[in-house]
Amino acid sequence: MVSSPAKGSLAATSRAGMVAAARTDYASESKLKAEVRGLNFYYGQRQALKNVSLPIPERTVTAMIGPSGCGKSTLLRCFNRMHDLYPGNRYEGEILLEPSGVNILSPSVDPMEMRLRTGMVFQKPNPFPKSIFENVAYGLRLRFVNDRAVLAEKVEAALRSAALWDEVKDRLHQSAFKLSGGQQQRLCVARALATDPELLLLDEPTSALDPIATSRIEDMIFTLKEQVTILIVTHNMEQAARVADYTAFMYLGELVERGTTSHIFQSPTNPLTERYLTGSFG
Amino acid sequence: MPDVSQLIRYRKRQDLVFNLIGLACTLFGILALVVLLADLMIDGLPRLSWQFFTSWPSRFASRAGILPAWVGSLCVMSVTLVAAVPLGIAAAVYLEEYAPKNWLTALIEINIANLAGVPSIIYGLMALGIFYGAAELGLGLKRGILLAGVTLGLLVLPIVIVTTREALRSIPSTIREAAYAAGATKWQVVRYHLVPYSLGGIATGTIIAMSRAVGETAPLITIGALTFISYLPPSPIQSKSPFVSFEWLQSGFTVLPIQMFNWTSRPIADFQQNAAATGLVLIAFTLTMNAVAIVVRYRVRKKLKW
Amino acid sequence: MSTTAPRKITRLRPRRTAQSPGRLLREIVEWIAASGFFLAGISSIVITAAIVFVLVYESLGFFREVSLVEFLTGTEWMPQFADPKYGILPLICGTLVTTAVALSVALPVGTIVAIYLSEFAPFFLREIVKPVLELLSAVPTVVYGYFALKFVAPLLQLVIPGLPTFNMLSAGLVMGIMIIPYVSSLSEDAMRSVPMLLREGSYALGGNRLWTSLRVVIPSAISGIGAAYILGISRAIGETMIVAIAAGMQPNFTLNPTQPAATITAYIVEVSLGDLPHASIGYASIFAAGFLLFCMTLVFNIGGQMLRRRYHQAY
Repeated sequence: MVSSPAKGSLAATSRAGMVAAARTDYASESKLKAEVRGLNFYYGQRQALKNVSLPIPERTVTAMIGPSGCGKSTLLRCFNRMHDLYPGNRYEGEILLEPSGVNILSPSVDPMEMRLRTGMVFQKPNPFPKSIFENVAYGLRLRFVNDRAVLAEKVEAALRSAALWDEVKDRLHQSAFKLSGGQQQRLCVARALATDPELLLLDEPTSALDPIATSRIEDMIFTLKEQVTILIVTHNMEQAARVADYTAFMYLGELVERGTTSHIFQSPTNPLTERYLTGSFG
Repeated sequence: MPDVSQLIRYRKRQDLVFNLIGLACTLFGILALVVLLADLMIDGLPRLSWQFFTSWPSRFASRAGILPAWVGSLCVMSVTLVAAVPLGIAAAVYLEEYAPKNWLTALIEINIANLAGVPSIIYGLMALGIFYGAAELGLGLKRGILLAGVTLGLLVLPIVIVTTREALRSIPSTIREAAYAAGATKWQVVRYHLVPYSLGGIATGTIIAMSRAVGETAPLITIGALTFISYLPPSPIQSKSPFVSFEWLQSGFTVLPIQMFNWTSRPIADFQQNAAATGLVLIAFTLTMNAVAIVVRYRVRKKLKW
Repeated sequence: MSTTAPRKITRLRPRRTAQSPGRLLREIVEWIAASGFFLAGISSIVITAAIVFVLVYESLGFFREVSLVEFLTGTEWMPQFADPKYGILPLICGTLVTTAVALSVALPVGTIVAIYLSEFAPFFLREIVKPVLELLSAVPTVVYGYFALKFVAPLLQLVIPGLPTFNMLSAGLVMGIMIIPYVSSLSEDAMRSVPMLLREGSYALGGNRLWTSLRVVIPSAISGIGAAYILGISRAIGETMIVAIAAGMQPNFTLNPTQPAATITAYIVEVSLGDLPHASIGYASIFAAGFLLFCMTLVFNIGGQMLRRRYHQAY
């Protein structure tokens, strides 16, 4: 990638040795795509994330679960620097993006760059007031891709990946608002995929959908992880169990526990995790 | 596809350029206001003196003044206030508190929005037609302060209605429920709760409506506001019984904007100075009123945290 | 119709069998209040009815003498001549030209200001600038007329040699300045009511502010922006004093903005200033002209409202 490596990244890591040790632990799982290290995040005065560290293995699904307000969405939105849109927000710590090892939270990294390299899907479907085709082509046009053939090919590929192609191939130039809620959400996934993102961020993507639409999105996630590293925030534990390879449990801005999904759900180490999973609170 | 850093640089430059264009356009608007004020001041400030406020119009520009104009403006404004504010508040209360959801209410809503967009000169034509209608019926309505004030009152009525409705709407329904629960009738709720609580909003609307009315020229021209007047309306308070007279309502009049228009259309440069000076007085009126309205609105918003 | 209000009261306060005198009094007060509010509520309809009645009634006298076809298609407006001509096209031309000049200033500048304030400017700047800009629409129009005649026209004469003192260009430009806040305020409100979620969708794809504004925010707010434009147009058509002072009062069948010409509104002012007898046809002509003006603005007002309603429904 083009941007210079984060200048502050090495100086800031007083825990370098510790982190290096931690890194070797994860290495047994698979190659890492990203790694969160000692991340603190503040909305103005209020601290929303407290010393969060989390490895993200490549081409896997990592789910973040926890009660509302635990900071899981806040963490997700750090990956594409969405917090930079609003004044008063502040990051401390690092998110290293592999293979370059750049700290994407560093001020020298442009937020726009991270957004160009990641795709994001929101809680509610948010198609633009355009045709289905133009919605998917949005990120490509932003990159000055205007060649019709290229656009058509990429849009089709993205719609196929999002398992929407067969439903919309005959009406690509209709308004996106005419689609059902579940279709709109898959359209938003296609929109995010069209530009070949390195990371796909899903922020409770099925919270506004019915069970059938939800299961289609989950199926889609399952196939997508062969192409792209996925982070998903969900308040639905069954969903995490169904789609995720790794699960991280967060509580009050802290990362309580992280492990393979089977480990977290079957034999959680932390009693807090167990209480949450058994429904004692949350 | 250009590489990412190039793309980002290009997009950021786009934003920067638009930032400058946007700032320039915004400044253009503000600058226009400043230039307008400066132009008026350069032309008119030398003419502003005590003599200017206390003199009658004259064939000689340097002796002319705006005494009948500002007195006339005040008289017309007081009629406008009486005509527009109670009616506007009542109409707003009806629409917010009484009106059933039916076609008539929908019609009133559409109608008010349309009235707000009717050119002011049309109100003048309406007033003129009413004047002739009254004459045919032998009602003895003169082209005086009453007709002018009521015309302007109707003209600004939509402003009063809209702002009052906004104020009423911002009162939470819990207040109404609490009052009803205490046994108040609808009239009592309106009289002792809703109207007092929305006074801030009503005041804002009233000030804005008055500032609009004080600068209106066209409707008063059509009903024949005089441009050269050498008397003041008779005083409302008389020394003889019954001590109060409403004769002034029927009196002929001129107002500041008419006086300014008259002087503007004269070719002699000295009268242009008078026009500019009148414009300064007028603009001081309206800008002050608007500034007060902004402050009141800001205060009300800060104070009211339901 | 007048029974609507009282019926509401009885529904509100169910009757009991035994009524005390105090209770009766209270019910009478309630009934009077409700009736009063109802009358105030329908007052606006009475005003509209009065406007339409006066315009139609007085125009009828005019159209008894002048055919509607001549009125609408004639290219000469010479009411003061021995052989008067009542073709309103020259006045319509004046109105259209001044309106077009005004819009060529107000629409682009107003839109850019709206985008800038809604999507680019920091919070404090927007809070200061918006009320200041709105002062532009609070300046009395007669003052703008003076400004157009005494400042803008001489300024333009430096650039365009041979420009007459009275011309539609200077009147239109100043009118455009007056209309900027109408366009910018309403457009900005419409843009700000676009949900943040849509903007975030665009930013998350790497969109910059301008791209997001043009591709997502404006298309989403388009009906509100359209309503702002239409209300601006309606303002420009009905504006009177600026054109009466600065554009001249002589009817002139031309589309050239550097020429002097009377608009419909300026003509009404001109006749009102004169001493035409009430019964004369020249006098009745201002009502016919006014009726046409009323219809033109009515079309725009209703169109603007329909658009506005649409964007209120959208979000």
